[in-house]
Parts: sequence; C-alpha cells; structure tokens
Amino acid sequence: MRVFARFLPRRAPSVLPGFGPALGFALAYLSIIVLMPLAALVLRPAELGFSGFVAVVTQPRVLAALRLSFGASLIAAAINAVFGMIVAWVLVRYSFPGKRLVDALVDLPFALPTAVAGVALTALYAPNGWIGRLLQPLGIEVAFTPLGVVVALVFIGLPFVVRTVQPVLQDLDREVEEAAASLGASRWQTIVRVILPAILPALLTGFALALARGVGEYGSVIFIAGNMPLVSEIAPLLIVIKLEQYDYAGAAAVGVAMLSISFVMLLILNLLQRWHRGH
Amino acid sequence: MATETKAPAASPAPATAAAIGEPAWARNLLIALGLGFIGLFLVLPLVAVFIEALSNGIGAYLAALHTPDTLAAIRLTLLVAAIAVPCNLVFGVIAAWAIAKFEFTGRSVLITFIDLPFSVSPVISGLVYVLLFGAHGWFGPWLVANNVQIIFAVPGIVLATIFVTFPFVARELIPLMQEQGTEEEEAALSLGANGWQTFWRVTLPNIKWGLLYGVLLSNARAMGEFGAVSVVSGHIRGLTNTMPLHVEILYNEYNFVGAFAVASLLALLALVTLVLKSLLEWRFGHELAVTRH
Repeated sequence: MRVFARFLPRRAPSVLPGFGPALGFALAYLSIIVLMPLAALVLRPAELGFSGFVAVVTQPRVLAALRLSFGASLIAAAINAVFGMIVAWVLVRYSFPGKRLVDALVDLPFALPTAVAGVALTALYAPNGWIGRLLQPLGIEVAFTPLGVVVALVFIGLPFVVRTVQPVLQDLDREVEEAAASLGASRWQTIVRVILPAILPALLTGFALALARGVGEYGSVIFIAGNMPLVSEIAPLLIVIKLEQYDYAGAAAVGVAMLSISFVMLLILNLLQRWHRGH
Repeated sequence: MATETKAPAASPAPATAAAIGEPAWARNLLIALGLGFIGLFLVLPLVAVFIEALSNGIGAYLAALHTPDTLAAIRLTLLVAAIAVPCNLVFGVIAAWAIAKFEFTGRSVLITFIDLPFSVSPVISGLVYVLLFGAHGWFGPWLVANNVQIIFAVPGIVLATIFVTFPFVARELIPLMQEQGTEEEEAALSLGANGWQTFWRVTLPNIKWGLLYGVLLSNARAMGEFGAVSVVSGHIRGLTNTMPLHVEILYNEYNFVGAFAVASLLALLALVTLVLKSLLEWRFGHELAVTRH
C-alpha cells in the first residue's frame, strides 16, 4: 500500500480561504435562479399524466411546430456547416484587406438582439424588400414562409460553426500537408483526406451547436415566419400561445419536449467530442 | 468564441508552398464565397436597420425616438441590465473562485449546471418563471394573497434576464482562473496577507480583463434579450416594455420608422460591444481564457 501511495497524486488541502462560503453561495444562487425554475418546468406536465403529456405533444399543431423548428434548424445548420467552414478557412489561410473587420463581424449574431435581426431580415426578404423584390419574379417567397425561418436560423447559427472550426484550422500542423504533398497527393486529395478528417469533429460540434440554438430560437424567427398554424409556426411560439391561454401544463409539456431534443443533441455533441479526443 | 491569433509558422520553402496552397482562382473563389455569404447574411441586415430607420430623414428618426413610450423602454432596459449584470458578476466571481481554486467532487457537474441556461430556449427561460410565480404557478396564490407581483412586472423581467445571462461571467472566469492556478495567492497568504487582501490585490488584478469581457457579453445579452423577457413582461407600454419588446410593438403597429429607430439603437449597442470585444481580444488576448468552449 505504501508503495502505491507514493504514486498517487498528493492532494494537499488548499491553503486558500473561503471555499465553504463561496461554494455555498454559488450553489444557493444556482438553485434559486436556474435549478428550481427548471424543476418547475419538468414537474409541471406531471399533472397531465403520461397519457396527457403524450396527447399534448402529439397534437397536429404541436407536431407540425416541432417538425418545423427541428427541420428548419437542420437545414440552416447544414448551410452554416458548408459556408461556416469556407469562412473559417478564408479567415485562417488567406489574407485580404479588411480581414480583421470580417473576423469581428462573424460574432454579430451573438451581439445583435434577435428582435433587431428579425425585423431587419423581414424588411429585406418581404415581397417589396431589397432581396424579396429580386426573388419574387423567380417565384421564390421567403418572408412569411418556412423558408424565412431557415433564413433567420442561418443568420443566428453562423458564428457557432466558424468559431468552433477556426481554432482547429489554426492549430493544424502544416507539415502534415507538406508530407502529403511530397508523397504525391494532389491538393484536392490532401484537403479531402488530411485536412477534412482533422476538422470534421469541430465541424460536427459547430453543426450541433447551431442546430440546438436554432430549435429554441424565437426573436429573429417570429417576424419573418408569418406564424401560420401548421405551416410556419415554430415550437417556441406555440409555448407563448399556450401561456396566453393560461394552459401552463401544455406550455410546459411543449417545453419539456423541446428540452429533451436539446438534451439528446448535447449528448451526441458530448459523445462526438469524446470520440474526437479518443483519436 | 475568441481565437488567439498565432504567429504564422515559418514560411515553407517556395517549392512546397505551391504544393500546400490553392491555385489563385480557387483562393479567389473561396474568398468571394465567404465574403459574399457574410455580406448577404450579416452586413445587409445590419445596413437595412439603419437605412430603414433613416428612411424619412434624421428629423423623423429623432422624433420617433423622442416619444414617452420609447424613452420609458430605454430607461427600463438600462435599469434591468443595471440589476442583472452586477448580480451575475458577483455570482460569476464567487463561483469561479470555488470551482477554479479548489478541488472537489462534483465540480464538472456544477460547471454543466452553470452552462445550462445557454442550452435552453429563451422562451423556456421565461416560461419557467411563469410556472413559479405566475397566477397559476407554484407560488402564484401566495404572491396574489400578499399583493406581490413578479410576472407581468419588472421583477419578472429582471429574473428572466438574470437567467439568460447567468453563465457569461462564470464561464469566462473559470477556465481563466484554472490556467492561473493558486501559486500567487498562496505566496500572498504566506507573506501575511489575509483572504480579502489576497483577493483584491492578487486575484482581481489577474482576472480584470476576463471579467470585463464577461460583463461586456452579458450586458449585450441583457439589453437585447427578447424571448425570455417577452414571456414574463405582459407588454404594458411605458411600464414593462423593454427596448426589444418595444421594437416588436411598433413594428406590429406598422410604425416602421419608430421600430427601426429603436432597433438602430440596439444595433449600435451590438456594434460597440463587438468593437470593445475585439479590442479586448487584440490587446489583452493573453489575459483572457484561451479555451472558452
């Protein structure tokens, strides 16, 4: 035993003061602000019973809203995965005038209030807007259709992909690319077989983050969506509508359904990161 | 979120430079695609806000801002941020002290809990407080009996704002303080400083830029939050209407100049936040947390 004890990390009790009060305060604040309210959310649908909960989340209007929130987020996250990777690549590998400005601008969706993004996108894509006017002759309607939801979610999700891929691209060892090239690989082969596998886990993480954010997004979407029941009504809006009818348990049930989706996605995200670390 | 700018690696020999670079046409195409995407999805909406706000001239713009309801919304937004941000600042520092400076079981669970509000829809962030304090909530009957109003009043707006900005300061400080370790504090203590002196003179100066960074981001979110606040506010003009909610009300009344005038103030706030954030990353990047995910 004594032999083994020598190899165990010695964890001397810290000499710094204040651990007890600090942890106590942090736990109390966390419980009051975050944990107790979330407990209310999870426990509230219990009054419906299991069959009641299932009845609420399988209402056609709820299912349509969940499908739209989930589907539009999936499409938007896929668009962001492609263009976010291009933006990250361009920012890391090339130099061009105004690069620093563009780099800072990528965070705009984090900083711009969602309602502002919502009214601005609606103004652009409405039939008489700058972009809507160009699309109308082509028969493409964006504002007040599910397509508008996708546009808003692309805006919201872009920084998640760029900011997860960018640091990985930056840390990529260029000697590996040189080695691939000197062994006769074409540039395209190097990109597909060397660079892409290296950034794939980060890309998937960014994709999942953008997706999770998109499912819950509200402010930027409700202006451009048109909010037609069964067509362009997102799940968070349905919560608001149920609350306005004082259907607390129903609103909480939709919320729990959304949180479960988010939880599953975070779980996948975690597994992906673990898988990445294992490689 | 932030990325450290690394010094470029030693430039490869010319022969290999061609082999590990892209041809000029590919490079230009990628730059055009990336910049085009950012222009279309980020720059254009931002420009549209200001152009719509000024579409009837600067006089109409100023007049739209100078209405009692708009001024009340601005005041309320400032008030809510002035309460919510310091609350989370204090929590962030204390939580980071406990988590980063001490070893204990359950630490990673605690960090996960702190991050929780970021993975919750804004609407749910408001909903949870309605479930607690609303007329049909857990504490609703008691609150009504004692004549305390939280939902559809300012306290509810503050609570929802604290919830959505909860993780910003803590998640910035925890990795930063972990990187810094405890040696400097231990030295100060062994030289006779007491706990408070050690915190104010050693720890705080070490984390001040990280702290400012976290405050900057949480302030931007606090002033711009829409979904969570919308659920608990009740939208009473002049009383429980914050700036983002006022944008919605004006927009739905087809008062586009008014809506975009208020929106332009919020867009300016976002731009100032981005400039300060970039300055902090550029000037004090080495004193910010390297990993923030």
